[in-house]
Amino acid sequence: MDVTSRSFGNVVVAAPVGRADLAGSTALEAALSPLWAKPDVSGLVLDFGGVPYISSVGLRVLMIAAKQMRSRHARIAVAGLQPVVAEIFAISRFDKVLEVFPAVRDALAAIAPAALGAYDAG
Amino acid sequence: MKRIRFWGTRGSLPVALTAPTVRAKIIAALRGGSGRTFESDADIERYVDALPFSISGTFGGHTACVEIETGAPEYVVCDLGSGLRPFGQAAIARHGPASPQTYHLFVSHVHWDHIMGLPFFGPAYIPGNRLVFYGAHRDLEAALRRQMEPPSFPVNFSVFNADIRFVYLEPGQTHDVAGMRVTVKRQHHAGDSYGYRFERDGRTVVYSTDSEHTFEDPDESAGFAKFFRKADIVVFDAMYSLAEAISVKADWGHSSNIVGVELCQLAEARQLCLFHHEPALADAALATMLEETQRYEEITRTGQPLRVSAAYDGLELNL
Repeated sequence: MDVTSRSFGNVVVAAPVGRADLAGSTALEAALSPLWAKPDVSGLVLDFGGVPYISSVGLRVLMIAAKQMRSRHARIAVAGLQPVVAEIFAISRFDKVLEVFPAVRDALAAIAPAALGAYDAG
Repeated sequence: MKRIRFWGTRGSLPVALTAPTVRAKIIAALRGGSGRTFESDADIERYVDALPFSISGTFGGHTACVEIETGAPEYVVCDLGSGLRPFGQAAIARHGPASPQTYHLFVSHVHWDHIMGLPFFGPAYIPGNRLVFYGAHRDLEAALRRQMEPPSFPVNFSVFNADIRFVYLEPGQTHDVAGMRVTVKRQHHAGDSYGYRFERDGRTVVYSTDSEHTFEDPDESAGFAKFFRKADIVVFDAMYSLAEAISVKADWGHSSNIVGVELCQLAEARQLCLFHHEPALADAALATMLEETQRYEEITRTGQPLRVSAAYDGLELNL
């Protein structure tokens, strides 16, 4: 799994690509852990448009990310879920514990409106 | 092995159907039949059988107790939850009190919901019956005796007239019991719990309840995949949603439907049976969970289909 990230002020949009299964989740955690540990990252949006599948291990990484971000009063959101992943979120009830948005822009508007200008400017 | 029969399927504590819940089910059934005429009792039964299970039935009920019908005359039972009481009554009704029987009783762990049925197990009071308790907890006998000590219970363990024996089963080993190969696996739960893999006549049943899967150990999923390998039925602790199991209820010692599907798919098991239901969940919620789990299996399937069922008191699954 490849993960690219872009910063918009204090907000990071991370975009994993690939299956978040046992192998992919290791890469996902390795990519996200520096972000959730960084004190100046006040918001993290995960652009899941490139993720066709997520297993319980991948969801566990998201739970760790959420706990870490929330422990320092930072926000986290997930956006752009593919239909199958959206179903997995619903069945696992992760849609109840993570903020989920149709698109990255919607997530930024909700958790970090100040970053929207920079995002729209590309 | 021929079939398994569920006598108790709830986790933590027994759940009784209440009058308002029965009333709601009757109303829902009558609403569905509005304007319809029934020509006979058989017609009524066909209508009832076609209703959703959450209206026509209930998941129940009693705490953990599962009978494995091996094809041999001796009884094999997993756990001594409150479902042990109706199991014992049925056994006595079948043979009569004067016909001695042997009961092989496998105990996953000694938390109360898994042993509370024993003081009400009729066959234990009948001379000539033989009860053999199996477990991997060194304090199994002490725990069973303690729950029948004053002031918690009016009579103590010594009132049992059956011949009683305790057999310690070494975890990680395979043992020959009652014509079966029984493999014991330690599971993550407060005070440990143990799963049992029963094999006989080319059929395999795995009983794996009160087992939390954290996957902090990279070998954990491989270990359980081996334990569940090509099982005909895996009875699996699916008490919580995955989100609950790894957040607010982490370290509570239970698992989820999602992990059950994943492990069974990895193991190429044939059937996953959701078990140890959360007592707060009503029948409709459990029915929804079953449908969602079947859907999850469908969208994540890579090999042979995995059948997914949900245990209820009275369910029989043929092997």
